[in-house]
Amino acid sequence: MQTGDLTIILPEIVLSIFAMAGLLAGAYGGRDRLGPAMIWTTSALFAVLAAWIGLQGTGTATAFGGMFTDDAFARFAKVTILLSAAAVLLMGEGYMARSDLIRFEYPLLIALAAVGMMVMVSASDLMALYMGLELQSLSLYVVAALRRDSVKSTEAGLKYFVLGALSSGLLLFGASLVYGFAGTTGFVGIFEAVQGRAPVGLLIGLSLVIAGLAFKVSAAPFHMWTPDVYEGAPTPVTAFFATAPKIAAMALLARVVYGAFGGIVGDWQQILAALSVASMFLGAVAAIGQRNIKRLMAYSSIAHMGFALMGLTAGTAAGVEAMLIYLVIYVTMNVGTFAFILSMARDGSPVVEISALSLYSRRSPTRALAMLVLLFSLAGVPPLVGFFAKYSVLLAAVDAGLVWLAVLGVIASVIGAFYYIRIVYIMYFGDEESELDAGGSTVLAGFLVVSAAMMLFGLWNLAGIEGPAAAAAATLVR
Amino acid sequence: MLLDSLLSIITFVPLIGAAILALFLRGDDAPARRNAKCVAMAATSTSLLASLILLATFDPEETGFQFVEEGEWILGLTYKMGVDGLSVLFVMLTTFLMPITILACWDVTHRVKEYMISFLVLETLMLGVFCALDLVLFYLFFEGGLIPMFLIIGIWGGKDRIYAAFKFFLYTFLGSVLMLVAMIAMYVDAGTTDIVALLGHNFGSETMEIMGFHILGGFQTLLWLAFFASFAVKMPMWPVHTWLPDAHVQAPTAGSVILAAILLKMGGYGFLRFSIPMFPVASSLLADFVLWLSAIAIVYTSLVALMQEDVKKLIAYSSVAHMGFVTAGIFSANQQGVDGAIFQMLSHGFISGALFLCVGVVYDRMHTREIDAYGGLVNRMPIYAAVFMLFTMANVGLPGTSGFVGEFLTLVGMFQANTWVCAVAATGVILSAAYALWLYRRVVMGELVKESLRSITDMNRREQAIFAPLVVMTILLGVYPSLVTDIVGPSVGALLDGYGEAVAQYSGTTQLAQHGGH
Repeated sequence: MQTGDLTIILPEIVLSIFAMAGLLAGAYGGRDRLGPAMIWTTSALFAVLAAWIGLQGTGTATAFGGMFTDDAFARFAKVTILLSAAAVLLMGEGYMARSDLIRFEYPLLIALAAVGMMVMVSASDLMALYMGLELQSLSLYVVAALRRDSVKSTEAGLKYFVLGALSSGLLLFGASLVYGFAGTTGFVGIFEAVQGRAPVGLLIGLSLVIAGLAFKVSAAPFHMWTPDVYEGAPTPVTAFFATAPKIAAMALLARVVYGAFGGIVGDWQQILAALSVASMFLGAVAAIGQRNIKRLMAYSSIAHMGFALMGLTAGTAAGVEAMLIYLVIYVTMNVGTFAFILSMARDGSPVVEISALSLYSRRSPTRALAMLVLLFSLAGVPPLVGFFAKYSVLLAAVDAGLVWLAVLGVIASVIGAFYYIRIVYIMYFGDEESELDAGGSTVLAGFLVVSAAMMLFGLWNLAGIEGPAAAAAATLVR
Repeated sequence: MLLDSLLSIITFVPLIGAAILALFLRGDDAPARRNAKCVAMAATSTSLLASLILLATFDPEETGFQFVEEGEWILGLTYKMGVDGLSVLFVMLTTFLMPITILACWDVTHRVKEYMISFLVLETLMLGVFCALDLVLFYLFFEGGLIPMFLIIGIWGGKDRIYAAFKFFLYTFLGSVLMLVAMIAMYVDAGTTDIVALLGHNFGSETMEIMGFHILGGFQTLLWLAFFASFAVKMPMWPVHTWLPDAHVQAPTAGSVILAAILLKMGGYGFLRFSIPMFPVASSLLADFVLWLSAIAIVYTSLVALMQEDVKKLIAYSSVAHMGFVTAGIFSANQQGVDGAIFQMLSHGFISGALFLCVGVVYDRMHTREIDAYGGLVNRMPIYAAVFMLFTMANVGLPGTSGFVGEFLTLVGMFQANTWVCAVAATGVILSAAYALWLYRRVVMGELVKESLRSITDMNRREQAIFAPLVVMTILLGVYPSLVTDIVGPSVGALLDGYGEAVAQYSGTTQLAQHGGH
């Protein structure tokens, strides 16, 4: 091992050491009294690391014999993951404190999950991939069941664990098949071994790997855990599930299909196209009947992952760029939406029923307006930025000759628009006054308003993410 | 300097007004409400003044785009604005009607600030549609208008407003997303989203075979159909017009005015800007299809209008019939037809807007739109009766009003393109006289027998001020139509020259191919 390798993974090392030191401090020191401080410190560290990774790195470097890659793509994904994780942690603090859930382990588990995600997006070897994925998943299983005295939360954790373990099993089995037929676990080696035509065994392996990853991005038909886990987990944890892990899993999927299987685009394209269509339609249709806003957001995230997959399906650098842009915009919208959901409370106790929002606009006009902007943006209605997310993936799909996929996508987006504007209707056109608390934390209001403002002012230049996304896509697609 | 960004100024001044209201206006008491209306009035008037400068400096002889602004934008798109003879008058129509609309909702007391913001945002989006010279920018404005209109119907609408708002939103959204896919396909094909460049691009018209079907006009036909899905819904054309009566009936008066006077014109403008010049072959192949749909629309919706019990619904159906003249005129593809279609759109903007305002006047007093609830209004409201009379006659197409010019020109155009369609459409003129005059008789004429109407008051000064400019425009355009045709004529001529060339070239090549086959 060389010191060069260690410098490349320095951010991950720093974060791991922080998590372990935090665990020690929590165990020996103040126990849960340290919770709030720990949340703030972890968030701050996330933000610092994001700035560090975003500003410092240039070029491509590999470490540990090609197992770990640091390139523009990894850096783009890492910055997005860290920033969204920081935002979600901060947002959840008040809620956790109110529901007496604030434990010092919570931010540290999130930190460990972040390390896992950073390894995932940098992985360039099936082993490293699995390592990152498991570190992330194990942390998340625990976090999902954080509310130990609640049946739903425990059920969510258990369900997530069982299905997650199944998907890991699939993935491992697929990885071993790939190794058997390609003779190597390194992505570069697989890429060189698999060009043009692939043996059947390897294709089965590829399908199993994609299935395993589809569990993690909650693409239909591997989405069954999502609504239950979203509903059962404490809301801050749900917010986290909806953001950073989604980016990590999508980025990992992109890395696998392009980095390792870039030579047989046609073979995985069909699988991804099927996943994409199924997710878009299932997410759009199943969300219509939901009464619980967390379950609704679960189906919404399934539909959005379908759209992101459409970008990946295109099989071009423009497609990857579109997917990255889509993810960033999706995460920004979700941060704002969950800031709103976290602030939904009646007499201080959290509420998740959509019907409780009836005429909310009269009680709290600013928040309702911000939420209106976010909902229309989630629906992909122009002129909000959410439209450009959809536009860029549609453009990539049509450019790659997948017009049918684009047509199905826009039809799904019309169906999906119904349930988003149904919330607008409840907030603005209802007939009974909402009994939700009007006040609430300024932190949440801040996140909500900033996120909504970005949906409007992002029209100017998409907050400058276009250039980095293009550079990131260029390094991935050869 | 000012002239260089004149279009942006016209378009975005209302948005700035909306931002001022959203950020700085607090409270919901009487002074705050008055301030909200004053800010909205100031913003729309500024936009109107700026657009008058635009009209004064506009050169009608120049057939290209004028006042072009161009700038880099995101995702490879450009921010490009410009007007030509086809669009400049729609900009004028919008800026002209907005202050009137704001004045018309002066008595609203329910959430005034939000109401004004919605209208100002809507104005920016509508103006943007007519000025945009980039496909995606156009789509952005075109679709964006759905959000404020959805809110206007949903928050300030009538009893069944929720059903109407959802129907309006989803119907038009579904129509438009197909257009989005077509736009993306055009981008991929031509490598640009610049409308000026796309106007010069030849989209493929070779016969294509898809799943065993031979598609004449090929790529052009597919694109044409996708655009048609959007514009036909927006227009609205029979049989996809059913959202309009619901939306009109439930929308507040000012919302109905905007919907009928401006939003419906976007479909016609879209046909002129995209379908005819960019897909000429497909347009000529499908012209008869559109002409017959229009003829059916004119007769069918006129008959439906005859049977309505609700004043607003009646006017809504009459709007669909009048839009039938517009589509027929456009797809006649000759100078009279297209000139007439544009004229009809502008004149319908004034007339239908005024008719909805007329309904609003009595609705504000009686809170019902049932025709049977009225009768004999002339006894208590002479001024109102006179104004309503004028616009009823204009709606019928009485010579001397702007309604006549539009209908006459489009009929002349139709006659040259397809005589049978013209014959059917001409019966629609008779039917329109029937429903409009019958409506007028039932509402205004006769003895005042209804007890509830005994104390009804005539129009006040504010209401008279609202109608004055509309009366002037209706008569002015009726007696001096060159005001419009001089401006649109050269651009329409250029449009049709290009169209004729493309169609001639296509029929030349297909004949050549047939000869080769023999």
